[in-house]
Amino acid sequence: MDVIELQAILAKEQHHPHYLLQMLRLVQEKENYISPQVMSFFAEKLNIPLTKVQGVVDFYSLLNTTPRDYHILFSNNIIEQLQGKEQLMKQLMSKLGVELGKVRADNRVCIDNTSCIGMSDQGISVLVNGLTITNLDEQRISEMVDLIEKKIPVSQWNAQWFEVKDNIQRKDQLLSTDFIAGSVLDKMKNNTADQIMEILKVAGIRGCGGAGFPLDSKWDFCRQTPADERFVVCDADEGEPGTFKDRILFQSYADLVFEGMTICAKIIGAKQGFLYLRGEYRYLLDSLEKILEKRRDQNLLGTAILGDSNFDFEIKIFMGAGAYICGAETALIESLHGNRGVPRRRLPYPVHQGYNKKPTVVNNVETFCLAVKALQMGGETFAKLGTEQSHGTKLLSISGDCKKPGIYEFQYGVSVREVLESCGADISNIQMVQNSGPAGNSLSPEDFDRKIAFEDVSTTGSIMIFNKDKDLLEVIQNFANFFVHESCGFCTPCRVGTSIIKNLVNKVRKGRGSNVDLKEMQDLSILIRNAAHCGLGMTATNHISDTLKKFPQIYKERLHNSESLHPTFDLDAALEDARQITHRQDAAAHLSA
Amino acid sequence: MENIITIDEQMIPFKTGQTIMDAAMEAGVYIPHLCHNPEFEPHGSCRVCVVKVNGRMMSSCTTKATAGQKIENNTPELQENRRCLTQMLFVEGNHVCPGCEKSGNCQLQAVAYYTEMLSPRFQHFYPYRELDPTHPDVIIDFNRCILCELCVRASRDIDQKNIFAMSGRGIKAHLIINSPTGKLGDTDLNVNDKAVQVCPVGAIIKRKQGYMNPIGERFYDQAPIDEMGDIAEPHAGAKHHD
Ligand SMILES: Cc1cc2nc3c(=O)[nH]c(=O)nc-3n(C[C@H](O)[C@H](O)[C@H](O)COP(=O)(O)O)c2cc1C
Ligand code: SF4
Ligand code: SF4
Repeated sequence: MDVIELQAILAKEQHHPHYLLQMLRLVQEKENYISPQVMSFFAEKLNIPLTKVQGVVDFYSLLNTTPRDYHILFSNNIIEQLQGKEQLMKQLMSKLGVELGKVRADNRVCIDNTSCIGMSDQGISVLVNGLTITNLDEQRISEMVDLIEKKIPVSQWNAQWFEVKDNIQRKDQLLSTDFIAGSVLDKMKNNTADQIMEILKVAGIRGCGGAGFPLDSKWDFCRQTPADERFVVCDADEGEPGTFKDRILFQSYADLVFEGMTICAKIIGAKQGFLYLRGEYRYLLDSLEKILEKRRDQNLLGTAILGDSNFDFEIKIFMGAGAYICGAETALIESLHGNRGVPRRRLPYPVHQGYNKKPTVVNNVETFCLAVKALQMGGETFAKLGTEQSHGTKLLSISGDCKKPGIYEFQYGVSVREVLESCGADISNIQMVQNSGPAGNSLSPEDFDRKIAFEDVSTTGSIMIFNKDKDLLEVIQNFANFFVHESCGFCTPCRVGTSIIKNLVNKVRKGRGSNVDLKEMQDLSILIRNAAHCGLGMTATNHISDTLKKFPQIYKERLHNSESLHPTFDLDAALEDARQITHRQDAAAHLSA
Repeated sequence: MENIITIDEQMIPFKTGQTIMDAAMEAGVYIPHLCHNPEFEPHGSCRVCVVKVNGRMMSSCTTKATAGQKIENNTPELQENRRCLTQMLFVEGNHVCPGCEKSGNCQLQAVAYYTEMLSPRFQHFYPYRELDPTHPDVIIDFNRCILCELCVRASRDIDQKNIFAMSGRGIKAHLIINSPTGKLGDTDLNVNDKAVQVCPVGAIIKRKQGYMNPIGERFYDQAPIDEMGDIAEPHAGAKHHD
């Protein structure tokens, strides 16, 4: 990349060190890799240590450091894996003559895995040079090989391949909203912040990002913290495998999200907002920028919003670059500063010291939408939806073994069974439902009459269904691998413990485990949960402890010798190389079984 | 309420703003730790100092002391946790104590003794890591690095040189060096820099000193770590060393 282009990127991102990741992402988008020269350039121009740039590049999995023309990442969520992603990937690799994760000798192409890209309802999906292609099949694979060998740029590939459907299967209050951009801002125009907060308090909205924290308390804490500046952040990192609801909200309801952020800004007195959009959703960026531009034209963003001279607010879209941990709010804030996404200490909370150490509200995409919905329909009406402790509705992203994967909106209080019925799952045939992704909980048929609500089955909305014909240990292994890949590496229990867990699952899967290993998995699960620095580590072993408890047979039936310790190392298998070399397969060349 | 916390039944006073670790150190109560050094901003990454505060697990180096906290420290459950974390650090890197110059002066080894670690428990990872001998006075052996980031903090906050930084993610997280070649020899590191003094293990070592002090007469040969304190900076409650 030449200096003029790099200068342009610097200028576009205002020469601001906080936007280092944005600059690097732009280079990656243009060139598919970030060279040592580029890193040195930014280090020098931004006046930061070179190691800072290197550390950031090496943290985010969508950034590369070696050249290639085509960078293809297969989403390796368990849903795609069970649909045959591995076979398709192998086909593509063999046709192109590449090894997993290694750039072909001519620097043309590299194929690798990446964590769930939010397309579990769209068949087998990949990112090609950062753009999403869905519904891969053998036909598409063959054509792709052709395009790559003929050096056709991705921008000229079949546009149909890049279609991402909304796939809304069930609408309730939120998704059936007929929303005119600016209408709620206009409705609230003459209300004070206190008056708006009053409505939101009555509505009783709880955050949809996982913790269920009351929205009104969060916004109150933020606005009551003395400061000269405050910030609004929308967390659209949507990294939990199996969720894709934020994607739909941005595809078809983006104005609701931006309106929610703007209302929040009005209440807390923020002038700057950030939409932290996961890098995997790059395909949404241009349309979102257009919507922001339109809102500026309509005076719904910018200075003196709707003629109120005390109300200025801007939203910048900040792209992530492949890191599940950046969904965790303090890691997200670090990332917004252009840093590695390492979570901060628990205290102070972002509402007291967030972005730039100023009070900051971080909310999930859906939470902002619910705030607008509540203001539109009135606090009392909203509060009547759902259950006593969980007001409103919830978007569920359903995938796996069912007839109609997609987005389902239900009022809180719906039973798991009703949800499964509505998506056409064969209930008597279900083995396990994984709720809230790998970090969530594993439901067995005994849980199906429980209710989706914060007080019972609390959910981020990811619902993955596994029938009895599925190998649950394959599912568990996939989850364990996910946490190894996504641990930020800051603290010992999560950095090292997730790898040990992964190895133990692998050992049991291979038939070499014993009861001692199961006990070890159980003990480690508790230790990691107790000792981890942040929410990722605290939930990274839920799937292990849950399945050990609810599905012990999936482990037990694979145990080698259920009483004593059994070595991981298989001496006889290790001799295979020697047998091959010496062309021996006689009895003496084997250790007796 | 008075500024007092209770650690394992012992009443301990604290000053407003102090962490549980600060208060414990001042009172001479040992809470095992590796990434903490009272001269630097608390970090909270090794998790060895996790205690139970009113029933909840918290790292004592990053948790503020507040009046009335009931803290469990030296209990079988917490010692077991610490032993496990120490074992994790041992298997993650390549720690060959009998051949290590730092043996006897190493905090990781001392915490292992303190927590009665008798085996590695887990399979060794045997990662491939390099040794960087390019500096005339200092060697860095990444095999022994436990990612405590004390050298990072010291070089950034005290030496103002930013020589060390973190890179990678997850189990691939590792220390990198700020020079065009990535080698220590091409930095302006001085053997007297703070960053060279703070490493709790045998990752950053000064040349020509390794065996000046024979095994058997080293720091933690005198007494266990709960009596000796940190190797880098002796603190209140620990005996002095030079
Ligand atoms: C590892 C991890 C990943 C997370 N990912 C997300 C995410 O992708 N989106 C999100 O809104 N919240 C995520 N969260 C929760 C956020 O930290 C935070 O609680 C949430 O954004 C607050 O918004 P809410 O109050 O609207 O739920 C994550 C938390 C952890 C620990
Ligand atoms: S728990 Fe995991 S993700 Fe969180 S700080 Fe520790 S290593 Fe990083
Ligand atoms: S080199 Fe030493 S001080 Fe630096 S991070 Fe590694 S163990 Fe800590």
